[in-house]
Amino acid sequence: MHRNVSVGSTGCQDRSNCPLLLARFHARVQVQLRPSVLDPAGEATRAAAGRLGVAGLQSLRIGKAVELSLDAESEAQAREQVQLLCDRLLANPVTENWTMSLEERKA
Amino acid sequence: MSVGIVVFPGSNCDRDMAWALEGVLGLSTRFLWHEDTGLEDIDAVVLPGGFSYGDYLRCGALAGHAPLLHAVHAFAADGGPVLGICNGFQILTEMGLLPGALTRNRGLHFICEPCQLSVNPGRCRLLKDYSDGDRATFPIAHGEGCYQCPPETLVELEQNGQLVLRYCRNPNGSVLDVAGVCNEQGNVLGLMPHPERACDPLLGGQDGQALLKALLG
Repeated sequence: MHRNVSVGSTGCQDRSNCPLLLARFHARVQVQLRPSVLDPAGEATRAAAGRLGVAGLQSLRIGKAVELSLDAESEAQAREQVQLLCDRLLANPVTENWTMSLEERKA
Repeated sequence: MSVGIVVFPGSNCDRDMAWALEGVLGLSTRFLWHEDTGLEDIDAVVLPGGFSYGDYLRCGALAGHAPLLHAVHAFAADGGPVLGICNGFQILTEMGLLPGALTRNRGLHFICEPCQLSVNPGRCRLLKDYSDGDRATFPIAHGEGCYQCPPETLVELEQNGQLVLRYCRNPNGSVLDVAGVCNEQGNVLGLMPHPERACDPLLGGQDGQALLKALLG
């Protein structure tokens, strides 16, 4: 495994930027309005679905999906970075919740 | 004494603000590019309306991380007056200087019309020249002005006198008709309506003058 190479033998000065020590991860972040928050766009879409003849639709809430790939030393580090991103930028904690899935992708 | 007007890519009320402050009220202003890092010789900061960064991700979300806004954080913490209008209000909530968030109007439409507001200055320094119960008419122009915050925060804001501006007729679904909120210290104010469009007598109203004048005293 490439990540088992020691820093000394790679010739890299900086561990966090050494391509031989990093693995690539793919994350999918789902951002959703909190249940208590009004979603007028979702409501309007639900009404349009009814006009299309789709019956029985009880609720429709619109969120966002963000796909990203990042290089990190470990899955734990990748997860920490994505969590920071979600908390500080991708979702607004006042109105939104987020979930994520993360997996390593072989180059 | 000078008011700094922050300009983001996509700001579109920056020049209106400069006209109201400088052309109408005779206050000195300076445009500040969002990539600047300092607020030297600036005595008050305005985050104007518009569509900073194209409203990508969420309104105000990307602007909240602009380099200049680190300086605005420190400026506000030191008690400096900060006023955010429309997109500027959205930015202030996104950067955590004001509680709550602004979401899509209840009726989904972008609304552009004069709105009568009820003023409750509370501890807000920028509203010091208004009296409790005053009515002021400022135009609104927004698609995402529905103010929301957790119920416990709302109770706290009301008790602290931070819900300083309310719509007389709620246009967008905001909780408790909230149109503007100030921080606990009273030096940061965010509002969706546009006081800079209610300054020049040629435009039909001058109710916003007292708010803008208070930026420098």
